[in-house]
Amino acid sequence: MDLLKIFSEIEKIDGEVYERFDTRRRVFRHMAGLGKTITAATMPVMLGAMFNKAYGQTTGLSADIKNTLNLALQLEYLEYYYYDAGLKTPGLIPTADVPAVTIMRDDELGHINALKSVLGADAFPDPTVAAFDYTASNRLAPFAAAAGYYATAQSLEDTGVRAYKGGAPKLMANKDILTAALNIHSVEARHSAHIRMVRRTLAGSTNGGDIAGGANNQNPKSWVSLRENGGPVPAVTAPIYGPGTTTDFPGEDNVTQATVNVQNTTTYPTVPGVTLTDALKAAAVAEAFDEPLDDLTVKAIVRNFRSAIGVGKGLFV
Amino acid sequence: MSDSLRPTSSDDNQGAQPLYVPIKRRSFFVYAGATAGATALLLAGCNDDDSNVDANTTVDVGAGDVGVLNYAYALEQLEAAFYAEVLKGGYFTGLAPAAAERQIFADIALHEQIHADFFKTALAGNAIKALTPNFSAINFGDRTSVLTSARAFEDLGVAAYNGAGRFITDPKFLVVAGKIVSVEARHAAIIRDLITPNSFVANDVVDFSTTSATARQERSKLPAEVLTTANTFLAEGSKVSAKSLV
Repeated sequence: MDLLKIFSEIEKIDGEVYERFDTRRRVFRHMAGLGKTITAATMPVMLGAMFNKAYGQTTGLSADIKNTLNLALQLEYLEYYYYDAGLKTPGLIPTADVPAVTIMRDDELGHINALKSVLGADAFPDPTVAAFDYTASNRLAPFAAAAGYYATAQSLEDTGVRAYKGGAPKLMANKDILTAALNIHSVEARHSAHIRMVRRTLAGSTNGGDIAGGANNQNPKSWVSLRENGGPVPAVTAPIYGPGTTTDFPGEDNVTQATVNVQNTTTYPTVPGVTLTDALKAAAVAEAFDEPLDDLTVKAIVRNFRSAIGVGKGLFV
Repeated sequence: MSDSLRPTSSDDNQGAQPLYVPIKRRSFFVYAGATAGATALLLAGCNDDDSNVDANTTVDVGAGDVGVLNYAYALEQLEAAFYAEVLKGGYFTGLAPAAAERQIFADIALHEQIHADFFKTALAGNAIKALTPNFSAINFGDRTSVLTSARAFEDLGVAAYNGAGRFITDPKFLVVAGKIVSVEARHAAIIRDLITPNSFVANDVVDFSTTSATARQERSKLPAEVLTTANTFLAEGSKVSAKSLV
């Protein structure tokens, strides 16, 4: 039995295997301390004890999972208090959409509760609404008019969708937590699509949105189209619709997926009345895939919405 | 990329399996000498379990990451075929050229074909066959029929991707699935809002409790449940199973 080989194999699916056993050296010191010869017969018993210690419930969640879920939780607080503040601002939200914003606020509340229950004592405490500055230091006026309110809402939701996508691989060691995160992720995407439709209505649009959201992103599609002309509030949230950072975290105009150039390998359907130019194909391919954001970029975006109190509470650190 | 995918057979390459055996396995046979024949028989026996077409002519997606990608490919084929029919039907062609719904359905039709062709290319020799749909229950000339069918397909797709995430082992495939599922969720949301305003999230697709363990989370579905629904829109000989994704 080659223990190191076993560990090496485990490491391929669990990069933190050595941390779970404290350190590689200590594992073997522990074994030496047993004061008896390790035989083929005793090995399975010892291994069983070791693995139980490393993977048993009492050891709690890995640092990766805790960090990923706590960032998600802080994003949920950000969104929850944003919708709640909007609903508490008389006349801001169009009457017809009050039920929708209420649904979205309550969705974020449900996500907060679910994430807190998974994290337990490790959960980032409720920072309260005082921790947030939705004007981003007086650069935005989201509670002055509906158009501005939904512009920032779209940015927050698209950030959330991209953040959950970027965090998902770090949750793979726990399939139930991964599934919960995926089940939250798609709800955030539904929110974004609804908000984008409302923004079209507010802009007086009668179509389904323009490529890249049109001039100043005033007429967004329900899906992220190319780089959204910088997005609805580019001064604050440019990285959401930016060029991307690495191959793993490209911009939303990316057309290459898992090394496949999708634009070149698609057999496009015939759309009556539409001539599919290369530009239209590139936009459709980019729209067909949302892209992930890395945690550092996510934090850099949402730190714009911290108040001094939020900074003091260590929000988005 | 296909190098990293574990090969499975497809219905039209049953006789050509050795072509899909990885180099390493072939080298192994060389060194294994006398036992190679027996081992090959055992492996052939294993492959029977993974084959894409069983005695009831069900198309099985296979196991592991290939299985998940083929599962997604099957659902994307179904969606792409549906929207291709939408584009030809009386409801769509009767819409004004600049109508919002016309543009939305044109976009979605493109997205779904793009998804399907992506999986076909990525899976290469491991891809399941082209499936034959059966949309006899859908009236493509009727707005309500088209919209409610679209809603069913999109909600099913979201629930399917979310439920299949746990079966993926390679992080890069999890990310690809994540890139697609949020677009499906966007499709579902706008179609639902077109049918009933503010129904982009509702209790039929999301747990509406705010305090349960699955509070306000999508009601994801495992492959067996998804395929029971999907198969009602697939012709005999194109029904899909995912026996290894449990």
